[in-house]
Amino acid sequence: MDDFIAARSQMAMSLGFHIIFACVGMVMPFFMAISHFIYLKTGSSIYKGLTKAWSKGVAILFATGAVSGTMLSFELGLLWPTFMEHAGPIFGMPFSLEGTAFFVEAIALGFFLYGWNRLKPWFHWLTGLIVGLSGLASGILVVAANAWMNSPAGFDVIDGQYVNIDPIQAMFNDAWFLQALHMTLAAFVATGFAVAGIHALMILKRKNVVFHTVAFRISALCACIAALLQPISGDISAKDVAQRQPAKLAAMEAHFETEANAPFIIGGIPDEDAEVVRYAIRIPGVLSFLAHGDVDKPVTGLKDIPKENWPPVAIVHYAFQIMIALGVFLALLALIYVVALIWRKAWLGSGWLYRLFVIATPLGYIAVEAGWIVTEVGRQPWIIHGVMRTVDAVTPMPGIVYSFYLFTAVFVSLSAIVVFLLYRQMQMVGKLYDVTDPDYQPK
Amino acid sequence: MLYVVIIYLWASICLYLLLGGADFGAGIVELATPRKHRSRIGAIMAKAIGPIWEANHMWLIIAIVILFVGFPEIYTTMSIYVHIPLVAMLLGIIARGTAFVFRNYDAVEDRWQDVYSRVFTWSSMVTPFFLGIIAASTVSRTIDVQAADFVSAYIGSWLTWFGLAIGLFTTAICGYLAVAYAMGTVASERDKTLIIRIAKRFIFAVVCVGVLVFIAAAYSEIPLIDWIFGGTIGQVAIASATLSLALTFVAFNRKKAIAARILAGFQVVMILLAATYQHYPELVLFKDGGGLSLIEHTGNAKTITSLAWALLLGSLFILPFLFYLMRVFGKRSS
Repeated sequence: MDDFIAARSQMAMSLGFHIIFACVGMVMPFFMAISHFIYLKTGSSIYKGLTKAWSKGVAILFATGAVSGTMLSFELGLLWPTFMEHAGPIFGMPFSLEGTAFFVEAIALGFFLYGWNRLKPWFHWLTGLIVGLSGLASGILVVAANAWMNSPAGFDVIDGQYVNIDPIQAMFNDAWFLQALHMTLAAFVATGFAVAGIHALMILKRKNVVFHTVAFRISALCACIAALLQPISGDISAKDVAQRQPAKLAAMEAHFETEANAPFIIGGIPDEDAEVVRYAIRIPGVLSFLAHGDVDKPVTGLKDIPKENWPPVAIVHYAFQIMIALGVFLALLALIYVVALIWRKAWLGSGWLYRLFVIATPLGYIAVEAGWIVTEVGRQPWIIHGVMRTVDAVTPMPGIVYSFYLFTAVFVSLSAIVVFLLYRQMQMVGKLYDVTDPDYQPK
Repeated sequence: MLYVVIIYLWASICLYLLLGGADFGAGIVELATPRKHRSRIGAIMAKAIGPIWEANHMWLIIAIVILFVGFPEIYTTMSIYVHIPLVAMLLGIIARGTAFVFRNYDAVEDRWQDVYSRVFTWSSMVTPFFLGIIAASTVSRTIDVQAADFVSAYIGSWLTWFGLAIGLFTTAICGYLAVAYAMGTVASERDKTLIIRIAKRFIFAVVCVGVLVFIAAAYSEIPLIDWIFGGTIGQVAIASATLSLALTFVAFNRKKAIAARILAGFQVVMILLAATYQHYPELVLFKDGGGLSLIEHTGNAKTITSLAWALLLGSLFILPFLFYLMRVFGKRSS
């Protein structure tokens, strides 16, 4: 492994790790706030227990997200100093605002976690809501910075110098809104299905059924609303990418020939050397329709893009396919759940519906990771699309490969411990959080 | 507007040293306490920092964002040449934050608690040590942008006796700040007596390591004495730091918790002032005599202006909320 690939791998791994915790930090506080709200309105102690149980999970996951986020703010410079030297002053605006949002989130979390019996009930509730709102703002701002890398704005390059810098224009680049929308919905889908799935599993195991049913309903409902909206956001995003980054769209679809009535390619194995896709299912016209809203419009193929500007086609294609397949599956599951809620109440108590949700537990996060790969690998070979190549941005320090091994070890062990801790939280629900349980004995 | 940004940079470094430092100190104090009292001290410290520890570390993020937006050359130069201690510090930050939370929130209390405690205390010690090394490397004239080989470019840039001494000094200061903070959060006489005993050890440690810093500076040929005693500000700052150290000792003895907190904090601010004032506006000094200055090596004017506004606006959200947090949880709990 050479140092450049090691640097890219380390960055990808750090972001791939952080994104999970960031999503939890954006979404779980809202679940908590809903449960807390119901508790304050009804006085039902089962909701109080649930709010506390969730807040413990949030504390663990938020801290992991906060430290991995801190690390990322350094890694940008440690791995990509040339990029940061030029990009920092341009796309720094969302980061400086994100600093505020993140700070507010940490303060509000301190209030919320330690505020039981110390703060007025509704002020306490409000601090929980602020955790969620500032988490959401953080996420949107960071995505705006990433969107700038896909859709650079707010500067000109003249003779290799970055001039006419306008940080506000850079922040509100063409891609920020759609990327932020897609990411926010994705966070709700992924976290919602993960939480709902875990509680569904407990319901199937007949453990603390009332408690877990309440938890399942809140998380599943949020997840399903987001999952039904996500395909719409995905469609708008695809049209946008087709305009701004045709190479990325072509790689997502492994689309080699520029043609009208372009087919939507499902599956298949792309061969970059031969410039063909083998064993794929093709649905004529659909790609043209998805990209431009018109089956007769041509979609730019990779053959019309210089090969040195191609992203790695196979990875982007596979990741895109995984994201789409999972998104469709989750949207269908959401549809079933909504039908059950409104017209088929009998389905709600049945095992098969819970089983489907258990299957869905990791799928949202897999889709998030796949989507992240699509947008990041799909931007290659550029670190700033059309302006700076990733290979020109990497640190001159040799030996990054060892740093990559070190960080891999850290992330693998951290992930294992977090899973272990959440498992232990689940095991202790009866004892610590569920008032109806005979063993209930809170600390 | 540039001066607004510079003030915010200095203030966030200072607040990180004070609040983040006290936070690291919680682990250091636990590690430095004899085994007999360790779990008691651990509990006191965890209670004192629990609600505020995450907010304390946000100052580091603010400082780093100011650097990479406003002073990208400084940020990238440090990232390249001080890469290794930065990575060590980051690993410390990760290990410490997660171990602290895992220890607090693990639903089952079993032998894993020992693992979390060990990771938490040791990483609390290691992280400020490397922070000190990084800070020392900026003024040691050891960063060599023309270096050709790995050792002089990436190791010689930070590995000096002076750096090691500053690392130890930072660690001692953090522990010292933590006891001063914790003093105000305990209620029982027994706990107070225990804290005072530990506080005296840390005051002793700060003095000893302080002397060591001057010796190491002389050995590494760093004109530390000239820097500090060469100007009025430095002289005044060091004189008041020394005076407040003595006063802190008295405050501890008389169990004046608030006074101990304020004096310890004031003392650390004075030390930071003395350490940074002489070089201002230069932040990084190079081996070849050059350096990076906060006035000359800035991002463009428009960026600085918007950064300043973002910081001012951010403070409106952060500061009242933060003061309230510290007021609610900084007091003695019943």
